[in-house]
Amino acid sequence: MFIRPRMRLAPDNTNFKFMNGRIAGLVVSAILSTASVILFFTPGLNLGIDFSGGIVMEVRTEGPADFQKIRGALVDGHIPDQGVQRFGDESTVLIRLPTQPTEAGTQVAVSKVRAALEGSIQGAKIVRVDAVGASVSSELFRNGLLALGISLLMILAYIWFRFEWQFAVGAVVTLILDVTKTIGFLALTRIEFDLVMVAAILTILGYSTNDKVVVYDRVRENLRKYKVMPLRDLIDLSINETLNRTLGTSMTVFLASLPLAIFGGASISGFAWVMLFGIVVGTSSSIFIAAPILLFLGEKRLRRDTVAVEAPEPGAARQP
Amino acid sequence: MYFSRLKAAAILGVCLLGLLVSLPNLFPAPASWMPWRTVHLGLDLKGGSYLLMEVDMKAVIKERLDSLVDAARQALRPGAIFYQILEAQLDQNRIVLRLRDPAKTDAAMTALAPLVQREGPNNAPDLDIVSSPDGTITMTLSPVALHARASAAVQQSIEIVRRRIDETGVVDPQITQQGDSRIVVQLPGIEDPNRIKQLLGKTAHMTFRLVDETANANAGTPPPPGVEFLPMQEGGAKIAVRKRVDVDGADLTDARAGTNGQTGEWVVNFKFNSNGGRRFADITRANVNHRFAIVLDDNVISAPSIREPITGGSGQISGGFTANSANDLAVLLRAGALPAPLTVVEERTIGPELGADSIRAGAISLLAGFLFVIAFMAFFYGLFGWFANLCLIVNLILMLAMMSLLEATLTLPGMAGILLTLGMAVDANILINERIREEQRRGRPPLAALEHGFQRAYATIFDSNAATFLSHVMLFVFGSGPVKGFAVTITIGIATSMFTAWMLTRLLVSQWYVSVRPKLLPV
Repeated sequence: MFIRPRMRLAPDNTNFKFMNGRIAGLVVSAILSTASVILFFTPGLNLGIDFSGGIVMEVRTEGPADFQKIRGALVDGHIPDQGVQRFGDESTVLIRLPTQPTEAGTQVAVSKVRAALEGSIQGAKIVRVDAVGASVSSELFRNGLLALGISLLMILAYIWFRFEWQFAVGAVVTLILDVTKTIGFLALTRIEFDLVMVAAILTILGYSTNDKVVVYDRVRENLRKYKVMPLRDLIDLSINETLNRTLGTSMTVFLASLPLAIFGGASISGFAWVMLFGIVVGTSSSIFIAAPILLFLGEKRLRRDTVAVEAPEPGAARQP
Repeated sequence: MYFSRLKAAAILGVCLLGLLVSLPNLFPAPASWMPWRTVHLGLDLKGGSYLLMEVDMKAVIKERLDSLVDAARQALRPGAIFYQILEAQLDQNRIVLRLRDPAKTDAAMTALAPLVQREGPNNAPDLDIVSSPDGTITMTLSPVALHARASAAVQQSIEIVRRRIDETGVVDPQITQQGDSRIVVQLPGIEDPNRIKQLLGKTAHMTFRLVDETANANAGTPPPPGVEFLPMQEGGAKIAVRKRVDVDGADLTDARAGTNGQTGEWVVNFKFNSNGGRRFADITRANVNHRFAIVLDDNVISAPSIREPITGGSGQISGGFTANSANDLAVLLRAGALPAPLTVVEERTIGPELGADSIRAGAISLLAGFLFVIAFMAFFYGLFGWFANLCLIVNLILMLAMMSLLEATLTLPGMAGILLTLGMAVDANILINERIREEQRRGRPPLAALEHGFQRAYATIFDSNAATFLSHVMLFVFGSGPVKGFAVTITIGIATSMFTAWMLTRLLVSQWYVSVRPKLLPV
């Protein structure tokens, strides 16, 4: 334990023929992503307050919350269209109100709820108020999409600059497929889609890119090293060589996120579950999507291009 | 793998410095003169209220156009230039003037020329005056002037908001500009921001004007020129008030709530500056036995009769106040008027107990995640895993140090960011370890395997981190609030993990190699 490793995630010298499964990988991915797109339209995302606008108030009561009484108090306070639901433990309640017609109306509604609850329910305490006006919510949504789009473009540009265009296109297409699946996951689980989820998706993008770059980096190195090996075998070799690292890193990130999903509390555990999903998707897509795309795009072109331009490294020449 | 003493000392120096810089987070400052930078807890962790307020730019422009209309009227009067239309067109940012006699267009243009002011660093004119042969003159506010006016209005609003909030005794409020027309107000420890919202919801522009006693405000007829009908604050009955402002609230130097000695009623006592005091004395002297109105934001607070000239430069407002409302009005008057109304467009308030819960949940998750990663690395990489674990701890300390130096704000998503960074930081070590193992299995002797392992892994680490780094910089630029905190922790984490993986791990491994000289690396 203290000197020698106890165990390996995968044995050395694995020789899986990943590229044999390339069609299957792409087909499964296409099906999942199509299903996700359908889920995105029906039932659609469960938009959180950041993007839908409106009011959310978290209320804590002494002992288990009496929903009947809370609804009654709100009705008595002339607050229409409210939704009351349990949030986390049984003494915590979430009250939602839709977007009010004016910004001033939003403020009025917040004070009305406050007055209605604190007046009539013993020991009720409002521990959180989120009120987002219509103008701000559409702006937040636009900024979220913008961050996502620009991130993808920057990743495309960076990989293009450091590798070849086939790598960049392969990575970005895979990332888009990853993102659609994550959105499908969000639609399916009804986890609220808010600003924090944009952060989660961007983190998944970052992690997934990271994973792809490591495999691509090995492909690039092997392209210089083995000049006559068919691209298909070369990609298989590269994935096998990096398999321990791929599994290792996904395990550590997974392990680091897991406690957050379990102990993180109602407001952050959704984020953690999405991260866990994204880690699984991002890791498998490096092998089953990004690599096959590279194979399709690069089969004819990549070999000649790279070898002609770059001289082999002295260290690589000595290899068998 | 060789490190000169200087380089080794520098690496260890950075680690120690990081430890030193992160120490203030554990203790309160021993003395006020010591630089004591710490990580700040975000409002979602310590509880408090975040208000995003929008300055009503339409009102700013309207006021400018209205005053232009006044100025134009005054400018045309001496030359006896008559007009059919003189109106402000708010949606076009201009005022339109149609002369009765088109032949006087040139004379009108000359008379209006002095209205143009020069603004901004380029001394650009703020008005664009265009005439057409049919006697129509338009005066359009230039975009430069609009922009200058808008940013001046926001700046001024921030100042007034700060003064008003300071009066309420909130500790450590943060008031910053966001975008062109918004103000972010952060109020730590405030669970119910209602009172503050009320204080900020009034422009509190106070004016002293004469009451027009000849007009009947409640007859349903339109007000005569130069007069407007305003509601009384109490009861809402209308009263006819002259538009001309005799003394402006800007001339007040002080306002305090107090009680009237005779009636025991709550009042606001105020003092004018010398200019205001003189004008108030002149007005009251000339209008004894007439009424004047104290108008606050288009509501008449009171309209007393002037019994005798008030020359002392101070006065008293009574208007059915309670202790609270008198105090609030005094605060508003002391702080000054906002240049335009403010509306709350986003509010996020978190109670301290929820914040404490979040801290607890975050801390438990952090500890558990940290232990998981450490156990994983020890189990799967042995000694080299422990090197990675040591680096991980240093990495945490360096992150804390960087965040303290930047006085960054730690939010709940930020804590999630730290956790993810823990997972991602060991990626660099995993890459290095796997590479060294591979090189050794290809038959390289230990030193060469280490040499090549680090060399090759470094290129990969750089490329894979650069892409992540870029996407989080984007998140920082476009994100807001707690999400920004998340982006900050991850970007800092990437930077520090590159340092620990590339410098510290290599130093540790090289020291170990020199002292042990193993025949075979235990990777």
